[in-house]
Amino acid sequence: MDKISVSKPKKFKRNLIILTVLFLIVASAWFAGFNVIEVMINLNKGSRLLGRMFFPPDLSYLPNIVDPMVETVRMAIVGTFIGATLALPVAVLAANNFIKSKFLHGPLRIILNIFRTIPALVLASLFVAVFGTGPFSGVVALSIFTFGLVSKLTYETIEAIDYGQVEALMSLGANKMNILRYAIMPQILPQYMSYTLYGFEVNIRAAAVLGYVGAGGIGQTFEFNLAWRNFDRVGTIIIFSFFIVLIIDLISSSIRKRLV
Amino acid sequence: MIEFKNVSKTYDNGVKALENINLTINEGEFVAIIGLSGAGKSTLLRLINKLIESTGGEVFFDGISVTKATGRDLISIRRQIGMIFQGFNIVKRMSVLSNVLSGRVAYNPTWKTILGLFPEEDKQIAYRALKRVDILEKVHNRASDLSGGQQQRVAIARALAQEPKIMLADEPVASLDPITTVQVMDYLKKINVEDGITTVSNLHHVDLALKYATRVVGIKEGKVVYDVQMVDIKKEKFYEDLEIVYGRPVHHDEVLGDK
Repeated sequence: MDKISVSKPKKFKRNLIILTVLFLIVASAWFAGFNVIEVMINLNKGSRLLGRMFFPPDLSYLPNIVDPMVETVRMAIVGTFIGATLALPVAVLAANNFIKSKFLHGPLRIILNIFRTIPALVLASLFVAVFGTGPFSGVVALSIFTFGLVSKLTYETIEAIDYGQVEALMSLGANKMNILRYAIMPQILPQYMSYTLYGFEVNIRAAAVLGYVGAGGIGQTFEFNLAWRNFDRVGTIIIFSFFIVLIIDLISSSIRKRLV
Repeated sequence: MIEFKNVSKTYDNGVKALENINLTINEGEFVAIIGLSGAGKSTLLRLINKLIESTGGEVFFDGISVTKATGRDLISIRRQIGMIFQGFNIVKRMSVLSNVLSGRVAYNPTWKTILGLFPEEDKQIAYRALKRVDILEKVHNRASDLSGGQQQRVAIARALAQEPKIMLADEPVASLDPITTVQVMDYLKKINVEDGITTVSNLHHVDLALKYATRVVGIKEGKVVYDVQMVDIKKEKFYEDLEIVYGRPVHHDEVLGDK
């Protein structure tokens, strides 16, 4: 049989991309002042600190952190609820297949993107400045962050629905509200609830650090103990937070799997 | 009943789907629209209930201009026109009953339909519609649990719940196997004959047109090129004539059974 000869694949472009990425990593490390030797020296210091935190942690401190932890979870729940509730109607307006108006979608999306891009921690420090310290500022920050996240994911889902069902409802003489209720909501509701739960998972983690800027929750206790160098208590806080986040993540993601 | 007057449709991308269509569909007819894919069959059907807007001419339903209707007027036209689709387009995550009841939305105030509140008469209409297509026993099933043929029957029941004067069918059996195809077509025919609902259906299979339609309209490149009453024509002549519509002899995949 004749041997088939094919031209060699062109690898130049691929190699160029690999080299560029490598260069960017090295250059960034250099600019950021990353230094392997310094890491090695501090490794010793770090391991001593870890030792004081976890070997052993001060478990007798556990009862004192239950309340702040409950506050953290509450902040996440309320923030997720408010943000996700506001996100649904806004997502409907932002989707380009429900209301066909470029004047509406463009500006709305820019606003949503801004909300989504600002980290919750930055929002929280902003609101601490406005509303003062305490969980209220944290809740406002988490609400806005969740709103940005869930509305974006939801409007993208609305844009990807099976339009045939919308067309069928139109042919029945359905108005916009009925189309929303009978053709769009049934298609997006499971995803929307899944995004809300995902937002909740993210918020639990965010809420745990928000206290660092004074926005309530376990982070405040963490910061206090770190400042007083109560490392064994810090260790307890970290272990406790880890388990709470883990458990909530496990429950939430198992629900999400069933939803979609 | 339905009248096309010099109707044209050019899409935004410049594609001329229909050109200067003049066509009158009379009460009680079962009209099959045939033609190659891309000939403009779907567009023609969607102009009747303004799912697509024409770019020229005017479509009339019972003497009222569909082309000029908007808002409430359009809704009251649409609710008299049932439509079923190739992809069934029932709402899969709702129950069969909710799907059929959604055929009643245009007869009820919006705040009620949003809450899913339908009067008992409407439920009776829905049950009767489901019974009509022999699928009443699935009333509480989730629509996604049904087979394709069953889903299309639910779609027919939803359209029947509108108590329509006209039934539009856009390739109603193109996603179905030959046996369910015959079932679905039989239901459409039954509704046409027993209830006197004017039926307009796009059909890919010409032998289905021959078997079920009282009139066949052929579309080629956006124009009506063929229009015949089936009582007037013999089977052999019909197959011969199809060259006018297809520009070639009929392919065997355009015939479901035997020629």
